[in-house]
Amino acid sequence: MFYREAGQFKTSYKADQAIFSITQDRFIIGLFLIIAFCVVPFFINDYWANAILIQFLVYAMAALGLNILTGYCGQVSLGTGGFMAVGAYASYKLMTSFPELNFVVIILMSGGITAAVGVFFGLPSLRIKGFYLAVATLAAQFFLVWLFNKVGWFFNYSPTGMIVSPPREIFGYLVTSAEAHPAARYLFCLTFVTIFALVAKNIVRGRVGRSWMAIRDMDIAAELIGIRPLEAKLTAFAVSSFYVGVAGALYFNVWLGSAEPTEAFDIFQSFFVLFIVIIGGLGSILGSFLGAAFMVLVPITLKTIMVDGFGFAVGAEKHAEVMLLGSLIIFFLIVEPHGLARLWQILKEKLRRWPFPY
Amino acid sequence: MLFLLETVISGLMAGVMYSLVALGFVLIFKASGIFNFAQGVFALFAGLALYDFIATDGWFYDVFGFVLPVWLGIIATMGVMVIVAWLVEFLVLRHLVNQEPIILFMSTIGLAYFMEGLGDTLFGSDVKPLNIGLPSGAHDFLLDNYNFYVEKLEIVAAGVATVLVIVLGIFFQKTRIGRALRAVADDHQAALSVGISLRTIWVIVWSVSGFVALVAGIMWGSKSGIQFSLSLIALKALPVLILGGFTSVPGAIVGGLIIGVGEKVAEVYAGPYVGGAIENWFAYVLALAFLLVRPQGLFGEKIIERV
Amino acid sequence: MTFDRKIGDTILAVDQISLSFGGVKALSNISFSVNEHEVFAIIGPNGAGKSSMLNCINGFYHPQEGTITFKGNTRRQVRPSEAAREGIARTFQNIALFRGMSTLDNIMTGRNTKMNKGIFWQALRIGPAEKEEMENRAVVEKVISFLEIEAIRKTAVGTLPYGLQKRVELGRALAAEPDLLLLDEPMAGMNIEEKQDMCRFILDVNDEFGTTIVLIEHDMGVVMDISDRVVVLDYGKKLAEGTPDQVRANQAVIDAYLGVAHDDDV
Repeated sequence: MFYREAGQFKTSYKADQAIFSITQDRFIIGLFLIIAFCVVPFFINDYWANAILIQFLVYAMAALGLNILTGYCGQVSLGTGGFMAVGAYASYKLMTSFPELNFVVIILMSGGITAAVGVFFGLPSLRIKGFYLAVATLAAQFFLVWLFNKVGWFFNYSPTGMIVSPPREIFGYLVTSAEAHPAARYLFCLTFVTIFALVAKNIVRGRVGRSWMAIRDMDIAAELIGIRPLEAKLTAFAVSSFYVGVAGALYFNVWLGSAEPTEAFDIFQSFFVLFIVIIGGLGSILGSFLGAAFMVLVPITLKTIMVDGFGFAVGAEKHAEVMLLGSLIIFFLIVEPHGLARLWQILKEKLRRWPFPY
Repeated sequence: MLFLLETVISGLMAGVMYSLVALGFVLIFKASGIFNFAQGVFALFAGLALYDFIATDGWFYDVFGFVLPVWLGIIATMGVMVIVAWLVEFLVLRHLVNQEPIILFMSTIGLAYFMEGLGDTLFGSDVKPLNIGLPSGAHDFLLDNYNFYVEKLEIVAAGVATVLVIVLGIFFQKTRIGRALRAVADDHQAALSVGISLRTIWVIVWSVSGFVALVAGIMWGSKSGIQFSLSLIALKALPVLILGGFTSVPGAIVGGLIIGVGEKVAEVYAGPYVGGAIENWFAYVLALAFLLVRPQGLFGEKIIERV
Repeated sequence: MTFDRKIGDTILAVDQISLSFGGVKALSNISFSVNEHEVFAIIGPNGAGKSSMLNCINGFYHPQEGTITFKGNTRRQVRPSEAAREGIARTFQNIALFRGMSTLDNIMTGRNTKMNKGIFWQALRIGPAEKEEMENRAVVEKVISFLEIEAIRKTAVGTLPYGLQKRVELGRALAAEPDLLLLDEPMAGMNIEEKQDMCRFILDVNDEFGTTIVLIEHDMGVVMDISDRVVVLDYGKKLAEGTPDQVRANQAVIDAYLGVAHDDDV
């Protein structure tokens, strides 16, 4: 954050570099968290949980991951869908092979496995840059989807080829499968996302985050001042894939309940998360959340207006959605390439000076 | 042996189809430095428009009461594509001068989404068969005398692609506009400073590329009907361009052929061992392996980094 | 805190370095040595190979022949990140700052080689990682006040004027506390005042921290004023080496600058 409130002076470097160093920010975030954790669970119902909130949380998690890789480290990836699949299938195999294992541990391990896969597919980034790297990640995307479709071991040889999430409990509350209470599922995801958002913020504002951004901005110069590109890039892939894997595991277990690789984790999923990151703002933790909220709300809003309100056919609404998304992407890239996060920053600046223009 | 030859030829033919789409990419990349992800959707859109002009169940017929003969339909579609090119320049490209390549690329993804939704809204999303008089079925002579299966359509496609490549090659190397295009691809600002009108160039290039898209749309459409999957061709074109280099017209052809053959051979000979459908990812893995060895593709320019 | 500036022994020895790019020979059999704590200038007409020479020392270019000995360590090629860890820092002809980051962050990246707390501590950010971050922040703040750029600490460097960007880049190099500082045309594109400031900073760095400085510079006045010794390159070959006065009097050098044709030119 580049602005400072007048009158709030910092007397130590530590205070200066805290995440929320402005009192107003601390207040807003605190309020948000209180509402999210303590108020929402009492009002939540199935529709809100399924259609909006859990989807938002899961995609925010995935966007955090992609943002780390593409927004902070500058390594373009079109393989997000495939890596979410890795997380989902890893969790499925772990759950069916070790039924006694705690669900939280399962999710974390799924993330770890995805991180390892991510590092493997990230190796080409040491030779290949920018746009070409995007193509390399496409190889990962298509290969992984094919793998989970074809190789029976991954879906326990089920004849339909689908995987179904077995019921799991945390503290005695069911969090997966259809019987789970929406509040339980919501809180489970919320806890994960909150903790990992904090972790992400810590990493990106420290030494590792700076080395990522250095690689992004000018990788030759980064190497010349002593940053080891190998280490930095593979760390980015690892951390990013961890997040995306966890998102995939949550997506499958807590939101979908059952999945089939060609539909749930295809290239359009990768584009979806990429759009979140672009619209939200590349290189911004806040942006991941704003973008996710935006991308989840737009289809719903559109459907409510067009289908419920004006009586358009569902097909027509889908086409309109696609067109709207496309134009929005172009719009944001032209008007504000740094996305909603930058717009939010600008808005705050303007509010502080209101009613003066300067 | 004959089977291998048939597989290879079949792969070559598929490769020619890829090359046709890849050509459109190369053109735009050469002249604007953008990888136009929407190229596949352009081909789809062109095919849809053409169908609408010449078929009796399109709304052109509803509005005007007659259909156009094929040759007029093609010209009309060309006109539509020029309008599209102009609109793209006006609404999108103009505002993104000198942005980083990745931003430009992502904007074309947005463009692809938009055009696809538009095409579906305007023309409907069912598959449309395209009958414009191109020959179909197997080549009788070869089939009867040598028991060799080659589709006539693919032979025509190969011929068309060759002609296109030659024409485009001459265009780029020998004409004034071609030189201006190459200048623009290198450095937008420098080109502006020597008086090249970026806008005109872009409209020209995107129109030419629209023409190539139309040809590709016709070829693919005649083969399997105008349908949504055409837009996914863009994704397949990427490995083709990796192999052939992003800025080389002959490279697009060679790359397409290699990918086409590679895919078919892998599918036929290795596919049965792993459950098939290798085609889904083989091209990308091939491109990836290639990138590791030669990051600039077969024909591309070597990237030299300076500090 | 002034360092007693006594010029020491050889810290950097360049021995018979030759560098070619395809058919173009950028450097031919260059040899010279730089002593510890001195200010050493590399000069020569455009295209003489000066930046290439720095790039070889830095590890960015890999010469085909010859060796470079730094602090007793002899090698021909080295990875740039390893050269940085050896204690070599540099600035660039066309500024190589990280445009997306603030001044403070840019200079903090210069401390990268001194910071090593792993990713798990970074994730938690309390304890060792926080302590390390604050210690290094203190060092960076010293550099910032030394270069008088406190006011632009949090500004994104992409928005800074050219002269300030050059200063930030110098700061990033200084933050690494290098033994050898390579400056590639540090005063290019500056006006008189900015040049004077930069001169002052360079001399202060050499005075206060004892850093050995190798700089490429075109402004003859500056070079003659602040350098202890000079080497002159032309067309990739060494023309002369010595004190500024010696070099100024050297006939070959004069010819090169005045553009007298060489016999072996095509």
